[in-house]
Amino acid sequence: MSRYFTEDHEWVDVDGDTGTVGITDYAQGQLGDIVFVDVPDEGKTFAKGDDAAVVESVKAASDIYAPVSGSVIEGNAALGDTPGLVNEDAEGEGWMFRLTLSDPGELDGLMDEAAYEAFVAKL
Amino acid sequence: MSDETDLDPTEPQILPLDAWHRAKGARMVPFAGYTMPVQYEDGIMAEHLWVRESAGLFDVSHMGQLFLSGDGLDDALEALVPADVRGVKPFAQKYSLLLAENGGILDDLMITRWEDGLYMVVNGAVKYDDIGHLRDHLPDAITLNQMDDHALLALQGPKAAAVLARLVPGIEALVFMTGGRFEWNGVPLWISRSGYTGEDGFEISLPAEHAQAFADALVAEPDVKPIGLGARDSLRLEAGLPLYGHDLDEETTPVMADLGFAVASKRRREEANFPGAARILIEREQGAIVKRVGLRVDGRQPVREGAAVLDADGSEVGKVTSGGFAPTLGTPIAMAYVPLALAAHGTRIQLTQRGKVHEATVTQMPFVPHRYVRSGGK
Repeated sequence: MSRYFTEDHEWVDVDGDTGTVGITDYAQGQLGDIVFVDVPDEGKTFAKGDDAAVVESVKAASDIYAPVSGSVIEGNAALGDTPGLVNEDAEGEGWMFRLTLSDPGELDGLMDEAAYEAFVAKL
Repeated sequence: MSDETDLDPTEPQILPLDAWHRAKGARMVPFAGYTMPVQYEDGIMAEHLWVRESAGLFDVSHMGQLFLSGDGLDDALEALVPADVRGVKPFAQKYSLLLAENGGILDDLMITRWEDGLYMVVNGAVKYDDIGHLRDHLPDAITLNQMDDHALLALQGPKAAAVLARLVPGIEALVFMTGGRFEWNGVPLWISRSGYTGEDGFEISLPAEHAQAFADALVAEPDVKPIGLGARDSLRLEAGLPLYGHDLDEETTPVMADLGFAVASKRRREEANFPGAARILIEREQGAIVKRVGLRVDGRQPVREGAAVLDADGSEVGKVTSGGFAPTLGTPIAMAYVPLALAAHGTRIQLTQRGKVHEATVTQMPFVPHRYVRSGGK
């Protein structure tokens, strides 16, 4: 399983043609206390870069983009009652949705962990 | 991830406590033309709850502090605001509104009687407009000084009085909306028992060069933490207090804004010589076409400024002017302007935001009860 990152601070874990998507620990720290997450329903399809989820902090709403194209298998239902999971464990229990990748070739355009860390260090 | 927080494009100015905020771990953002702390390391939620339980220190030095003096000042100012200025007793503080000729609100402000004039605190974002308006409309006999060599701090929360009394004995004798002159280590302080959180608390004006030492002395108290603008906004929203430029503007009148208490003086109403008096007094009798109300939003998703209010037919009939998550209540709340027919408490209404419909209930404000100390002092 490999993890990829976007410049918009999403991560995607890829296992075969299944991807699990969330936002990075850096992103949750920037957003602050998260009070609501709107995750996509099963069956919804996205092109890479589409609005896929909405994260609301006390202060502002932020769109989460699909890091790759695909069709949603499930949203993380646990975030309905405990949106704070994204603050506590953004890159684990705070995942947002799983999807079936329609074009795994898109992963080539994303960063690996080392590249993302270097990217964040420059922000 | 995209951040929809809009930032002021002009080069922000630096306030006296800038370095102090950064040393305390603040995240600095442009606000009202200044670089200001939006939050510290604990985050908005924890800071908000700290103020409701203990005491929080806010730097509000961006606000305009003005001192007006001169013969005929009370009557001259009464030509621009609806308050009974003459009736403001020494060291008492009064909330009022700077009104345009048509009754629209140019700013909301605090007026306090000092020994030899009136001290006013106005909103940072419009203070230069206010100063221009005052200079244009007040007679030459009136002198207006901008006290930009003074910082303004606020200490708010149920433990504020006990903490501040340890540094400045005597403040516990003040009651809500009164003030007095005090001293700390030889530094002159103007302190009023007032604020913008709904909690008991104090606002402290002092020479800017001493602000850092005084802030240090306050946060050295274990009950005090510095609190950013983010929590200031969520606290004032829970307290039902409007924010100028959002919940109040030149398109709104005192009656539309449900600030009828700002037009409560019988003498001023009978004289009817404040800007927009004819319109405002008719609205006061008959009701304005729209009214600012509080909303409790169903579910967990905050509905924010700019969301539309819909009537039963789905037509847009109003706007949300402030909205967010209420940390004390654990639910989203908002303020909106709605037609009078939808303004009664308990009315169910619909809101739309980014294509999604939210249900809400018109609710009495404040959302969280005020805890002002109005008598006896303690």
